Amino acid sequence: MRIGLFATCLGDTLFPDAVKATAVLLARLGHEVVFPPEQTCCGQMHVNTGYQREPVPLVRNFAEQFGDPSLDAVVMPSGSCAGSVRHQHEIVAARYGDAALRARVAAVKAKTYELSELLVDVLGVTDVGAYFPHRVTYHPTCHSLRMLRVGDKPLRLLRAVEAIDLAELPEADTCCGFGGTFALKNAGTSAAMLRDKTDAVRSTGADVCTAGDSSCLMHIGGGLSRIEAGTRTLHLAQILASTRTAPHPLPQPEATR
Amino acid sequence: MSSPTGGGTFLGLPAVPSRPPYGTGNLRGDRAFPEAAREELGNDQLRRNLAKATRTIRGKRLAVTAELPDWEQLREAGAAIKTDTMNRLPELLEQLERKVTEHGGTVHWARDGVEANEIVTRLVQESGSDEVIKVKSMATQEIGLNEHLESRGITAHETDLAELIVQLAGDRPSHILVPAIHRNREEIRDIFRAGIPGVDPGLDAVPAHLAAAARAHLRKKFMTVPVAVSGANFGIAETGTLSVVESEGNGRMCLTLPRTLITVMGIEKVLPRYRDLEVFLQLLPRSSTGERMNPYTSMWTGVTPGDGPQEFHLVLLDNGRTAALADRIGREALNCIRCSACLNVCPVYERTGGHSYGSTYPGPIGAVLTPQLAGMDAAKNDPNSSLPYASSLCGACFDACPVKIDIPSLLVELRHQHTERSGTTAEKLVMRAAAAVMRRPALFTAAQRVTAAPGRLVAGRDEVVSRLPPPFDGWTDSRDLPAPPRQTFRSWLASEEGAATLREAAEEGRRDREGRAAGREDDDEEAR
Ligand code: SF4
Repeated sequence: MRIGLFATCLGDTLFPDAVKATAVLLARLGHEVVFPPEQTCCGQMHVNTGYQREPVPLVRNFAEQFGDPSLDAVVMPSGSCAGSVRHQHEIVAARYGDAALRARVAAVKAKTYELSELLVDVLGVTDVGAYFPHRVTYHPTCHSLRMLRVGDKPLRLLRAVEAIDLAELPEADTCCGFGGTFALKNAGTSAAMLRDKTDAVRSTGADVCTAGDSSCLMHIGGGLSRIEAGTRTLHLAQILASTRTAPHPLPQPEATR
Repeated sequence: MSSPTGGGTFLGLPAVPSRPPYGTGNLRGDRAFPEAAREELGNDQLRRNLAKATRTIRGKRLAVTAELPDWEQLREAGAAIKTDTMNRLPELLEQLERKVTEHGGTVHWARDGVEANEIVTRLVQESGSDEVIKVKSMATQEIGLNEHLESRGITAHETDLAELIVQLAGDRPSHILVPAIHRNREEIRDIFRAGIPGVDPGLDAVPAHLAAAARAHLRKKFMTVPVAVSGANFGIAETGTLSVVESEGNGRMCLTLPRTLITVMGIEKVLPRYRDLEVFLQLLPRSSTGERMNPYTSMWTGVTPGDGPQEFHLVLLDNGRTAALADRIGREALNCIRCSACLNVCPVYERTGGHSYGSTYPGPIGAVLTPQLAGMDAAKNDPNSSLPYASSLCGACFDACPVKIDIPSLLVELRHQHTERSGTTAEKLVMRAAAAVMRRPALFTAAQRVTAAPGRLVAGRDEVVSRLPPPFDGWTDSRDLPAPPRQTFRSWLASEEGAATLREAAEEGRRDREGRAAGREDDDEEAR
């Protein structure tokens, strides 16, 4: 399958390892990974903060970059960006775009997937041949859970990982408090939510907290780092890309725990 | 009432004819949400009570909604009936008026809270009483009826236990359904000791004793006060029937004992048909208290000679509802049946409590409904402008809502209306600049490059950023940020290393698959 990879602006700039892992995983599964080089950002931050005129060029650029009919599917290692493409681009296009943009947006939307959806629904795999001998807890991010309805797909993928020790996260479906600019505009409330999330993560005794979205992981990881919890954050793709021949090393030494 | 269809606004810009007026009353706080929340976040007692109470109600609700095989269809039906209602609200309201009048009631139309308060005051004065007993009602709280009556020398007695606690404490309710959710038993004992005339000074904090003290107090009022004021959960256009659902039975006392009954109902509470109750009397109790059925469902149609109140007045309250209706997208908020499920699942509400919202309507629906009813003044610092931002957009409210109001989308819509109306702000300039960079891939890559180096510098050797200047200090107050990596994804991909890594991964995968296929053949071989 020819799969267009959207790195997301955050993944491209701050968390390239998650995107690399996505590309490596798909290549290993025998698919052609295409990276349209002019891609930038889906405009989610703009729309969620109340701006819909400003991101029109971003929506247009995304549709142009990934509209290529030779791409069978478009994937991104982010539930919230996939949510933006699938739910917000058409709102922006309906309001401030033209008919051509609306048509393009609809076409791209139909083949856009978050990573676990692509793997389970489109490619039909749950066992991706991964190996990850560590204790892991999974946080289902709000947008993948309630906007995309990925359900237990990420967990099914994780359960199939060899040697993994999966610990259930208490109150898993509660928001970590990120919410994009919410974390800045309502920093105190966001921090209170984060504290409960990091407490829950710590209670699992996991080495790694994983999720399908680098932005939420940045938030949870930022909190864990501040309280020196010793639990690291890794994107789901990084666990799935880890194999016996190329295992993912844990980023921090055990000594800091 | 102004025409709800005339002011078709799409972009939040006033269309012709001009937008219907906004509502008045308790629909605007005195501080922006983040400021109010800061104070409440520091209140540990509040947070503990809220966490405990919302968690309990959440569990009960999940249990009783999961047991119905057609729960999702019920939600669909509820949403459809409400949407249909809003689409033909004027005709349904006129039908309701006709039916109520036919059955001996009198209908009054109130454009806003001020008018509604005046109407009720006049009606009470005409009855000759200087006291009223009250059924728990959001609408009368919204318009500040009690305070208004007080200013005219009329005492209103709340009869719902939690409302009574709030009233005696001189407090404001913090939850639609559990107004005293922010108080614990000991606090309630103290409030009763100080507020109920003639109460046993040795009253303790045992719930049954507290309830008994309230009961003795309220009984006297039920038996002597000749006028009651209520709200309504539903008003049936087809029959002119009004309905109140409650748990305690104190509402039933108010609705049946006095000579005069005055009901203040928001115009969005109308339902087309009697049989629509079938849907809502299942949705409401299960979503709100987590009960299969609420203990008391009262219904009355006009006046029945010799039975119950002999004078019935229905005050139909607009107070910004027509303004909300004129908003093609935002009008969905009017479908709300005030079950409070969205409050109980909201992680923001759970931590900040209801008072932070500054309105009769707190929580996720309050963050939508309050600005819809009372507007967001484009002048900066209108506390209502901060409400649509009081959400992480986690979507738990949408999942819980029995009439499937897409609250996160409405919040995003209101944020858009707000930015459209607020001219050129610093934030807008930043957003524009960000979009201008991101729309041009070459600029975007350049920006990635120039921010990475200073970012790495700030982070230092441990590769962690732990202090940032405003407006980003809110982040670093309690979270670190990783240093930008040496290489972006796109430069890695363009590098020899990137290309080689992907080639190797593809080859490894091929070998694996071939190995597995060979293994299968061997197995097959053996099987044969
Ligand atoms: S918005 Fe929905 S969940 Fe919230 S109070 Fe209204 S009906 Fe209940």
